[in-house]
Formats: sequence, structure tokens, C-alpha cells
Amino acid sequence: MKIVVCLKQVLDPDLPARDFKIDPAAKEAQRGNANLVTNIFCENALETALQLRDKIPGTTVTALCYGGSEAEDSLRKALAMTADGAIYVEREGSSNPDPETVARVLAAAIRKEGEVDLVMVGRESGDWGVGQTGGLLAEELGLPALGFVDTLDLAATGDGGLRLRRQTDAGFEVAEAMTPVLVTITNNEANVPRIPKTRDVMMSYRKPLTKHSLAELELDSDETRGANGYYEVAELFVPEKQVRCEMVAGDSLEEQVDDLAQRIASVVNAIG
Amino acid sequence: MSAVVICLFGATGYGRSAQGVAGAGRALAGELGAELRAVVLGPMEEGELSALSGVADRIVHADQAELGDYQPDLALAAAEQLCKVSEPTAVLLANDVYSQEVTPRLAHRLGGSSMADVTEISTADGMIRVQRTAYGGKAISVYELKKSPAVISTRARSMAPAEPTGRTAEVEKASVELPEPKVRIVERTAEQSEGVKLEDADVIVSGGRGLGGPEPFEDLRVLAEVMKGQQAASRAACDAGWVPPNWQVGQTGKKVAPELYLAIAISGASQHLLGMGDSKVIAAINTDADAPIFKHCSFGIAEDFKKVVPLLTEKLRGLIQP
Ligand SMILES: Cc1cc2nc3c(=O)[nH]c(=O)nc-3n(C[C@H](O)[C@H](O)[C@H](O)COP(=O)(O)OP(=O)(O)OC[C@H]3O[C@@H](n4cnc5c(N)ncnc54)[C@H](O)[C@@H]3O)c2cc1C
Ligand SMILES: Nc1ncnc2c1ncn2[C@@H]1O[C@H](COP(=O)(O)O)[C@@H](O)[C@H]1O
Repeated sequence: MKIVVCLKQVLDPDLPARDFKIDPAAKEAQRGNANLVTNIFCENALETALQLRDKIPGTTVTALCYGGSEAEDSLRKALAMTADGAIYVEREGSSNPDPETVARVLAAAIRKEGEVDLVMVGRESGDWGVGQTGGLLAEELGLPALGFVDTLDLAATGDGGLRLRRQTDAGFEVAEAMTPVLVTITNNEANVPRIPKTRDVMMSYRKPLTKHSLAELELDSDETRGANGYYEVAELFVPEKQVRCEMVAGDSLEEQVDDLAQRIASVVNAIG
Repeated sequence: MSAVVICLFGATGYGRSAQGVAGAGRALAGELGAELRAVVLGPMEEGELSALSGVADRIVHADQAELGDYQPDLALAAAEQLCKVSEPTAVLLANDVYSQEVTPRLAHRLGGSSMADVTEISTADGMIRVQRTAYGGKAISVYELKKSPAVISTRARSMAPAEPTGRTAEVEKASVELPEPKVRIVERTAEQSEGVKLEDADVIVSGGRGLGGPEPFEDLRVLAEVMKGQQAASRAACDAGWVPPNWQVGQTGKKVAPELYLAIAISGASQHLLGMGDSKVIAAINTDADAPIFKHCSFGIAEDFKKVVPLLTEKLRGLIQP
């Protein structure tokens, strides 16, 4: 089975709010001293893929990213997490391409790989978090899809189909699908991304990292570079919220918890 | 007349979420001078359907039994066919997982643009603009959707419900062609069937990584019971496997806005705040007085939960009217 996992590199989501600043002209976050990291849901997807590979002999996992030059770091990390190969598509033009453009680029890169059985993307990215790329990519590739999947297995039917478990608002659903199929991945306790071993980090430099330009994908157009035919950011601002927290009063724990209890009770009793 | 379509699942009925979608749809239709049409996928209870006909101008109902239990390929095909004939300016959906996964694919099939988790919709120079949070809640973004129709998954429960029109919309039955599904949902399990939905809870007692394991959630359950509330958690606690994933509140979890949200051993990362920041009163128990959660609280205590929770539970038993 051949699996492609799409990875997006994003501004470190752990950047504390007090250090977060906006570049008003570019209408995006200022990079500042923050790191670029692989989006967490993409790493959850990669982890899920790697675990599936270990269950199904002959499976390969390829990481795919459309991004700026530093995106190679995300792909190297994916290789160090033991992905078998990586494809880097060099981004041109807008640093915040719309999801339709991204889906077209990813689709072209995936088609170049020949037959792919399973395409995995994160449910949403940790920067803009639009969560649109997966669905659009499924449409571009003409694949069936299921969202919010957290566990994949071979179906018990033994026909090579997959059993997909996904999270819903109320609980879980199990679905069956024949390949090729696309899934968007969400987090659960089993797909927390592994920390690469030192040895695997060293090995990652010997693994293949294929590069494509937009021209090689026959997508070098102003439309691709502009990447704003789907939508455009009109405004970006930091919300102002003024809340003053009152720490509970009292000299002893007993008194403090008493104050806390009084405050909580007054809210709860007011609900009626 | 141009149309704004709201796309609803019959099985979900006309509950708070559908009402929010209808409210947002009505407001946008008003701005555009458009008609509000409802597309209903799958059988819907009579009472719910008649409530809907009191707020929409027109209803197109595909009541085929095959559309009763959500199947992605079928819902998508049905939504596509029913929306296409209306040539809508916008299609609005809720933000349950079904609506979320349908949104971008439907947009693609209709030649439009999509966006999810939208909190406000407006128009500027004839273009549709949508507002939503960005950067894990640290910023607010407004997007101009360039292609028509704008297919929008809305944060439905926080949208004001639609006012009745005073008329009764006609319900037009439609039959759609359904493809052979390639993905088939074969099993459905509800984790938290008893009690109120987290999204509807008045009081939420939420626990985070600082609890250190699954056991303290049992103490929090007792506290929640005394407070007449529901339990929830941060992503860190869910990822650790201490509680089920559908307890997660935040950017990629439930969006809640109770009267009281008590955060215990939760640091208050922006992604968590995004899911509960609209709560009326937020309170926190956290050992770290500098934890970001205290910047969003009405009141709090900088103490170890192990010392606070048992004492608090006891005191509240005497203070809260049963
Ligand atoms: C794209 C993306 C989406 C995300 N979506 C979500 C989401 O939907 N929901 C979500 O919650 N997170 C989400 N996160 C993760 C988020 O960034 C944080 O990592 C997470 O919320 C941290 O959980 P926490 O507060 O429980 O843990 P921590 O940040 O580790 O905080 C634990 C807290 O417990 C306190 N503590 C420790 N011991 C005690 C004690 N004995 N008594 C009292 N207090 C104690 C500590 O002081 C600390 O403040 C997302 C992240 C990304 C990148
Ligand atoms: N530039 C990109 N390169 C590779 N994958 C991407 C890119 N952008 C988005 N994706 C994938 O699409 C998912 C959802 O992203 P988004 O729609 O931007 O929220 C991510 O988790 C990735 O798996």
C-alpha cells in the first residue's frame, strides 16, 4: 500500500499570546523569533500512517509539503520519524496560498507518484486553521473521503479495504472504504507523534527527498502564485478583551476556598 | 430572486444548531435581498419540519430513506443536486462533523468558495465576507470569499435563531439521484448519551494535564455533580487517554459558552480559550499564578487542585440549592 501524508509547516502555535504580533501590510502574523513547526494534525496523520505501515507489509509512507524553503526541515523531521520518502514542492508567490491552490498543487504532486492508495491530511492547520484543504484535495483527485478519522486498520472483510474509525460530535463512527481514499486525521491518545531517535535523525539525511518546482507540475501560472482566487484575507486583527481576574481572598486555604465556594455558588444558584 | 440556501440534515431536526443556521441565513438573505431556502437532506420529523417552514421562504426536502443515516457520498450528492437548482449566492451549514466535511467538497462541486467555523457573515461591494478566529484564537480574520456560491459552515449555536416569518413555507418534495457510496459508515456509537450536551450545559467543570492522570477526573465528576454541571477537558488530558476525545473543548474540540466554566489544572492556551472564551463566568484553579488562564478569569485561586477540590466540593454541598 502506498500512503502519502500531506504536511504543512506553520508558525509555532505555542507562541504565547503576549508575543503574538500582526504584520498589518502582509495581513499575517509576524514571524519574530518564533519557530516554524510541522502542523500538529499533520504529525498525528504521519504517526497514524507509520503505525499502519507497521501492520501492513509492503506499505510505504511518503511525506508531501508545499511550502517555503524552511519546509524542508519539516520533511526531514518526517523522514526522521521514519517516513520512507519525502516530496517538497517549492512554493512561489503568496506565503498564504488559498486552499484551492494548495489542493491543486498537492494533487499534481500526488498524481506524479502514480498509484496512491491512501492520502492523509490533517483536519486543520494550526495557523489559519481553515480546514478546507482535505476536502478540496479529495475533489481535485476525485477520491472518496472521510473526515476526523483517528484510527485506520485493514477491514475484517479481507478484501484489502480499510476500516476507519472517526470522531463525531457524540462519539465514534466506524466506516469501511475501498482504496484509494482520502482521510483527514484528528488527534487521539494513540497518534501522539513519536520523537525521532538520534539514529533515525542521522539516517534521514540518506533518505530520498524529491523536489518539484511549480513548472515541473505544470502549474507555474500567475494564478498559482497569486493564490487568492478562492478567498483573500481582508482583515486580520488581535481581539481586545479586558478581563480582570480577582484572586480569592483569605489568609488560609480554608478562607480562600470559602471565598471561591461563595462565588461559585452565587453563579450556580442564579441559573435557577 | 437570488437565494440563500441553508443546508440541514433531517435527522438532526430543527434544534438550536439548525435555528442558528437559519438565523444567519435570514440575516444574510435580508442584506442581499434574497430568498431563504432550506434544503433538507433525509427524513425529518413533522413537527420539526413545520417549525422550519415558519422561518424559511421555501423548503426543498429530499426525504428518501437512504438519506436518513448520514453517509458522506450520499449527503454530498444530494446537497449538490438540490443546491444547484437554486443557483444560490450562499449556502450555509452548521458546524457538526457532517456539515464540516461536506462544506469544502460541496463548494468545489458548485464552483464556489468555502470556509468553516464562521462567526459572522457580512457583505461588502456585493462580495461575501466571513469572520472567524485565526492563529489558534490569537487573532480574528475576515476573508472575502471570491467564488460564488459562498459555502459556509457556521458556528451555528452562537448565531441568533431566525424569527418566524408569520407565513408557512411550502415544502417541496424532491427526489435525488444517489451514487453507490464508496465510503460506508457501518457503526455509530454515542459516548455521552445521558445528560445535557456539553454545548448546552450551564455549568462546565473542565480538567487539564495538571491533574496528572485519570483518577482526579472522578473527584471532578463529584464536584460537577454538586455544581449541577457537565465535565470537559483540555486536549492534553484527552490526548493522554484520561477521558474520551469528545470531552475536548477548544479550537478543535467543542465550542462551549456556559454560565460558568471552571478550569482546573488547565494553563489556558489560546487554542483552549477559543472553545470556552465566550463563557459568562470563567474561574480557575491552578498552582501557577502566572498561568494565562488567569488573564481570562473572573476569579480564581492559585493553589493545588488536590487541596482545593475536596474542600470546595464539601462547601458547595451546603451552598448550592439542590
Ligand atoms: C492546531 C492546534 C489545535 C489545538 N486544539 C486544542 C483544543 O481544541 N483544545 C485544547 O485544550 N487544546 C488544544 N490545543 C493544545 C493547546 O495548545 C495546549 O497544548 C493544551 O490546551 C494544553 O492543555 P493543558 O492546559 O491541560 O496542559 P498544560 O498547558 O500543560 O497546563 C497544565 C496546567 O496545570 C497546572 N497544574 C499543574 N499541576 C497542578 C496542580 N496540582 N493543581 C493545579 N494546577 C496544576 C499547571 O500550572 C499548568 O498551568 C491545540 C493545539 C494546536 C496546535
Ligand atoms: N502547503 C501545504 N502542504 C502540504 N499539506 C498541506 C498544505 N496546506 C494544507 N495542507 C494539508 O491540509 C490540512 C488542512 O489544512 P488547512 O486546510 O490549511 O487547515 C493540513 O493539516 C495538511 O495536511
